[in-house]
Amino acid sequence: MKELVILSGKGGTGKTSLTAAFATLASGCLLCDADVDAADLHLLMQPVIRKRTEFQGGGVAVIDPQRCTSCGTCVDLCRWSAIGPDVVVDEIACEGCGVCVDFCPEQAIDFPIKTCGQWFISDTRCGPMVHARLGIAEENSGKLVTLVRQQARQLAEERGLDLILTDGPPGVGCPVIASVGGATSVVIVTEPTVSGIHDMARAIELCRHFKVPVMVCINKFDLNPDNSTTIERMAREGGLPVVGRVPFDQAFTRAMVQGKTLLEFDGNGSAASVLRQVWAAIMNTPAMTAGQQTAA
Amino acid sequence: MIISIASGKGGTGKTTVATNLAVSVDGPVQLLDCDVEEPNAHLFIRPSIRETKTVTTPVPEIDLEKCNQCKKCAEICRFRAIAVLGDTVLTFPELCHSCGGCMAVCPEGAITEKGRELGVLEAGAMNGVSFVHGRLRVGEAMSPPLIRAVRDRTWADGLTLIDAPPGTSCPVIAAMKDTDFVLLVTEPTPFGLHDLQLAVEAVKILDIPMGLMINRADVGDDHVRDYARAEGLPILMEIPFDRQIAESYSRGDMFALAFPEWKARFREMIEKIETMTGKGAGAQ
Repeated sequence: MKELVILSGKGGTGKTSLTAAFATLASGCLLCDADVDAADLHLLMQPVIRKRTEFQGGGVAVIDPQRCTSCGTCVDLCRWSAIGPDVVVDEIACEGCGVCVDFCPEQAIDFPIKTCGQWFISDTRCGPMVHARLGIAEENSGKLVTLVRQQARQLAEERGLDLILTDGPPGVGCPVIASVGGATSVVIVTEPTVSGIHDMARAIELCRHFKVPVMVCINKFDLNPDNSTTIERMAREGGLPVVGRVPFDQAFTRAMVQGKTLLEFDGNGSAASVLRQVWAAIMNTPAMTAGQQTAA
Repeated sequence: MIISIASGKGGTGKTTVATNLAVSVDGPVQLLDCDVEEPNAHLFIRPSIRETKTVTTPVPEIDLEKCNQCKKCAEICRFRAIAVLGDTVLTFPELCHSCGGCMAVCPEGAITEKGRELGVLEAGAMNGVSFVHGRLRVGEAMSPPLIRAVRDRTWADGLTLIDAPPGTSCPVIAAMKDTDFVLLVTEPTPFGLHDLQLAVEAVKILDIPMGLMINRADVGDDHVRDYARAEGLPILMEIPFDRQIAESYSRGDMFALAFPEWKARFREMIEKIETMTGKGAGAQ
């Protein structure tokens, strides 16, 4: 089984629009949305949820005013200033370390486990999908991403699907690290802007750190052809395949407004034909073809 | 006054707005780039960096001479960052949240703290703009302490602009918490609207006044405006999709400097925010 993870570093370069387009092009795959913080893939795939499971995060301190003697021990120990002088816990600031719970001489602090999100197994017109919703202002996004990817693998095995397409989160932090480990390959969708280039470089460095093969796809390449050339040069110097140059096209936005992938919206347009070539190039990279001979 | 610029969805134009705002206002202004995973504001402001500082977070160090393997440290740690195995103690610094519980609970005084590197903080200036950002070490998962280190540089008074990371989870909260106003930058598309709704909920939890800036205002559909009306969110400014603006962004240029009419519009937006919050740029 292979897992292709779509990343970008910078947000808004077109990860989700391209992931959805690839889902239309792949003959049978499992979709996994690893952007649990601001997930958007479901807006294009309209998943029908078959199974919904709560995601338990860490605990949160709750002080019982009946038992509390306002001794101030917890206030002094808390490194997040989450307990005010009125001895009430600010749930947003609470890190869930439980130090106050253990040290309270009156045992006046409870530590209930918080439900901090949900994850879903769904069906879409392109195949099954595993996705999640982290609660607003919650922590543990990395744990939820790890869980979603594990579930995606398990489901792909059960359904006999050999490709997982994973839409990743922006950045290079906790949820991105959780998205990369163990992936077959990463496609970095970048754009020819100074920030797109800067962030791509950091995302490539992260993939190298975790020893995952990387390929680069340039979106909106015609916005700045010089910068696109720079990206290609950087990829070449790093020994990374460039799987395509996708033109800037308002059709992506129009497809999104209709809740369709670009190929469903305009399968005969110029962007669609470019995406077919990109998809073929991705599936032809050494990382994605490795092991195919022996498997067959 | 502290204004944070946030969005939910990435790539809607937070950095464009933060940097153009910074160069549009009269008088001193501070720009804190709190998107420490992918800081970009420096590519536009191009400050001369005068200070570079490594930011660390405290993690435990065990003195095995003093340790008697009582396991209290492993028991208190909710993050499984300490394990006692036989007569040795293993720490997993990348799992440690720096709560200090192990050090506080150790009856033998065998635990001290040392710094684990999270990234660097860089500070500098360009013309009237004072600039600070954080740069998370690639491979590091824990960004909030670095964001807080950048936030610690906030001026006591005057105007501070914060470029926040995308999303709605802990890094965004660390960037927006205790600011006076949140300017949410969105685009009128289904993705923009969906992530805006999440961001609005996050700002409501923090109980901070907010307003909207609609970027690429003429693409997509009308649902963002309908939502803003229903929620009573003021739309403070709109920027149409303009290939010239997109191209100037791609080069790292700030369009407010090239087009004075836009500079005036950014300045007007700051005035509107001052009126809404009842805070002038100089007020606390």
